[in-house]
Amino acid sequence: MSTASTPGVVRDAVDDPVKTGPSDGPRTRTTGHRTGYLLYVAGKLGGAAVSLFAILVTSFFLFRIIPGDPVKAMTHGKPTSVEQMATLRKQFGLDLPMWQQFTEYCAKALTGDLGTSYQFHAPVGELIAEKVPATLLLTGVAVLIYSTLGLWLGTRSAWRHGGLGDRINTGVALTLWSVPSFWLGLLLIIVFSVGIGPIPGMFPSGGMESGNETGFAHVLDVAHHMVLPVVTLVAVGYAQTLLVMRSSLLDEMGSDYLTTARAKGLRDDLVRRKHAVPNAMLPTVTMVFINLGHVAAGSILVETVFSWPGLGGLFYQALSVPDLPVVQGLFVVFAGAMILMNLLADLLYPLLDPRVGR
Amino acid sequence: MTIDKTPPNPSESGDSSEASEASGSLTEMPGTPTDGTAPPQTTGAPAATAKAAAPSASSLMWARRRASVSRFWRQYRTHRAGLIGLAGLAVIALIALTSPLFIGGDVQSVTDAPGTALESPSGEFPLGTDQFGRSLLGLLIWGARISLVVGLLAAALSVAIGTLVGIVAGHFGGWFATVVMRITDWFLVMPALVLAIVLATVMSRSIWTVILAIGVTSWPTTARLVRAQTIAIESRPYIERARALGGGHGHVMTRHVLPNVMPLVLAQTTLGISTAILTEATLAFLGLGDPSVVSWGGMLQDAREAGAVSSGHWWYLAPPGIAIAVVALAFTLCGRAIEAVLNPKLGVSR
Amino acid sequence: MTETPNAETSDAETHPEAGTSKAGLPNAGTPKAASSLLEIKDLRVTYGTGPSAVPAVRGVDLVLESGRKLGIAGESGCGKSTLALALLRLLPATAKLTGQVLLDGEDVLTMKWGRLRAVRWAGASIVFQGAMHSLNAVHRIGDQIAEPVLLHRGATPAAARRRTVELLEQVGLPASRADAYPHELSGGQRQRVMIAMALACDPRLIVADEPTTALDVMIQAQILRLIEQLVADQDISLLMISHDLAVLSDTCDRLAVMYAGRIVEEGPAKSVYDAAEHPYSRALSAAFPRIGDPASRRAPRGLPGDPPDPSALPSGCTFHPRCPVALDECAREDQSLREAGPGRHAACVHVGAAVPAQMSVTPTEPRP
Repeated sequence: MSTASTPGVVRDAVDDPVKTGPSDGPRTRTTGHRTGYLLYVAGKLGGAAVSLFAILVTSFFLFRIIPGDPVKAMTHGKPTSVEQMATLRKQFGLDLPMWQQFTEYCAKALTGDLGTSYQFHAPVGELIAEKVPATLLLTGVAVLIYSTLGLWLGTRSAWRHGGLGDRINTGVALTLWSVPSFWLGLLLIIVFSVGIGPIPGMFPSGGMESGNETGFAHVLDVAHHMVLPVVTLVAVGYAQTLLVMRSSLLDEMGSDYLTTARAKGLRDDLVRRKHAVPNAMLPTVTMVFINLGHVAAGSILVETVFSWPGLGGLFYQALSVPDLPVVQGLFVVFAGAMILMNLLADLLYPLLDPRVGR
Repeated sequence: MTIDKTPPNPSESGDSSEASEASGSLTEMPGTPTDGTAPPQTTGAPAATAKAAAPSASSLMWARRRASVSRFWRQYRTHRAGLIGLAGLAVIALIALTSPLFIGGDVQSVTDAPGTALESPSGEFPLGTDQFGRSLLGLLIWGARISLVVGLLAAALSVAIGTLVGIVAGHFGGWFATVVMRITDWFLVMPALVLAIVLATVMSRSIWTVILAIGVTSWPTTARLVRAQTIAIESRPYIERARALGGGHGHVMTRHVLPNVMPLVLAQTTLGISTAILTEATLAFLGLGDPSVVSWGGMLQDAREAGAVSSGHWWYLAPPGIAIAVVALAFTLCGRAIEAVLNPKLGVSR
Repeated sequence: MTETPNAETSDAETHPEAGTSKAGLPNAGTPKAASSLLEIKDLRVTYGTGPSAVPAVRGVDLVLESGRKLGIAGESGCGKSTLALALLRLLPATAKLTGQVLLDGEDVLTMKWGRLRAVRWAGASIVFQGAMHSLNAVHRIGDQIAEPVLLHRGATPAAARRRTVELLEQVGLPASRADAYPHELSGGQRQRVMIAMALACDPRLIVADEPTTALDVMIQAQILRLIEQLVADQDISLLMISHDLAVLSDTCDRLAVMYAGRIVEEGPAKSVYDAAEHPYSRALSAAFPRIGDPASRRAPRGLPGDPPDPSALPSGCTFHPRCPVALDECAREDQSLREAGPGRHAACVHVGAAVPAQMSVTPTEPRP
């Protein structure tokens, strides 16, 4: 019976609008996909470029126009003569017409020149570049952990939704989500770093390293410093991934293809792992990438609380002055990170969902 | 005006869909008001009596509104978490509203503070005192007013912007909508907290700055939801009829679309308040709040500056954070319950 | 419907007690136990419990002999899809099943989970309605077809791949389509994939649940021919479910008509279609225009009203509110299946009695 030919072969021309010869069929289709994907990529890249430009416009608008005279803001509270202010204006190019200031600002920003810090008297670009690795390390680890945790718990929660486990799961997640991250950080410092009652101080209260270790000891030292900030970020952050995963899996639960999978005789966990989760992952992946985009911005408070030498800490230092060039530069970097991550999510999406972008 | 819509689900009786064909019955949950509005009437009393009396259009409308509100409440009641949230809010609102009766505005006063600096909890000061000798319990209760006011106003501003943008974009469509939604999408990818911080930094320190900074950075989600809802509502036949009868854009948007998106807007507002309260606390903690008023975030900043962390004064630090978390959680629970009532299939999102 | 996928744990309490099988199984020809592949005895499916319980299937007896084709007809909501899913215990946990479903003499309803999983697909497979949603959008169709082969036969990936190609060819699709995703196929091709998948483990029974509903007429005919031919070639029994009596009478040997969770008529396909005894079957067969019968095309008879709400069934014969020939007693007395000619049964008070004059619901029936 294996070779039984069927009449369907002959009649298929009717129900197969894209009937292709067996030899050239697959190849033409693949090329079709590739062009489709390239167009899709080009579209997304274009969109990202427009967004990036919009960020430059916004940042110019925010920092140059809303606050009024930047020189007054800069010299606020310091006795400055009119001549000195005029010199400063000239120095910062503030005497030029607005549109010229804008084009100059854009041109500089695109070459990486984000101005000079009032506070540190150093190029903003350099200041930021210095701090990037610390932030990437801390928040990268945290996002990795809380995305995994959120996906795992969200899947479990949805698969047994309405049960006790689900209720506890979502309840705990929502409660932790409602907690201000900086407060949780401070509390963790009191309990685990300062020590309270019988609990000794186990972890350093801030910073990234003790300073004198090298090699593997250094790695351990940094890891030791990372524990509390990472715990804080994970506790406050995993709820979102959990809830998105839970609701997108719930959306899939009634689907017919799951009945098919069950009818095939698959075990419950295989139905979940092989069929339900891959479909439910799609919205969640976007979420994870948006979280990655928030990486820098989201860590402002935790880095501040734990004196982590990263972008968030720098942002806080700049805010209190306020060191506007640094704030502005970080604003562009944070927003740019979001756009980059969204772009990556868009580019990754077609690889996960064959229906998109082909 | 009549809100006369084609019932999405003619067979409205209880569990009927349970027994219908196993596949696909999910989409016909009884009373699934996916349109977010008054679901079709059950054969309940209000509609029947109203019809019998052949009433005016407006009394009929009010009967329907009442019926839909009571139906909403009946369904809301089945969500235990939502009830807990609601009870929590009632208690907090009561405390915030009555606080002027037993605590005066002078709890904030630094100059004539009743205690000495940084006292531990005692009979006189149940939560101890801050570095200026002010009663922390008094400040905590007084701070509730600021947090709630900022949270409510900022969420209201955000939802108002979102609703306006959403309805207008959904109603007019075309290139206009495309442009508006591109802008919305762009705002959606902006890190809202950073934007709010930047706005609060470049503008003068006041409670209004904080409200504005939160309000103008958090509206895009609402705008997207409202737009989708608007498009769904406008595709219904009765809108066609309203247009044919000469209803202009303004009429359709305010009399037909707006009432129908209100439940969704309510859910969004409730969820938005908890985010707004958290953002307010964050801004205050970063020193960007109004320095002349006491808020929970500001108390945490004071605590940190007073060295409460390194000296282990947890009683200074813990209460404001717990207060923020409780209020934010209560609003979240209510918002999720409202959402679940509006769209049972949703499972509860976000 | 609350869809709880973990039927694993839930159905465990399914009542094992063999419902005392009613006298007179609808199969007239005293079947030997060995020859009947599928035997359903007093199957009942109820959603929920207590006072809000809703009966979806209310005592169905059916026999399908090996190599034969049985059609089940009825409006949507009559419980026919619930019946199909009940055969492999695929219903959500809220559904309670009683009675017996004997597949090759083994009761599916009381099987251990491991055994049930082995029987699923390898013993009986299902062609679902709406192949778009029944196929997983993110997996290649080749992998989806190979999945049961790998699972039930422990085949190597290479062997499974060979089998997939073989199956695709059997249903008339080029082997290269194995790499396609469901959305890249047309509706007819997707249904072919579903059929190939159903054949994957050489099951003895295929349940086809509205296999052609979503397709246009030309493709419908192709798919039906394909199914017919494959089950004939491979000696597979077919249980086909449809609302279209004409399609069923064309494909199947025997027909059973369901109404409100029960079989109301059963018998050889042609005679049930052409000369229905139950007024409901008559209305159903008149509802579709017949090829070659201009009269029926001009006046296709729908049935007034909707199928009853399973949570509030009418008293007596559940069909009486819509029945054109109902008597007063129909509102009081329930009718069970009774003999209605050779190999035929119908549950109507008029069966066996003299046919009253007003009973001719359908216009003059053309006999082929």
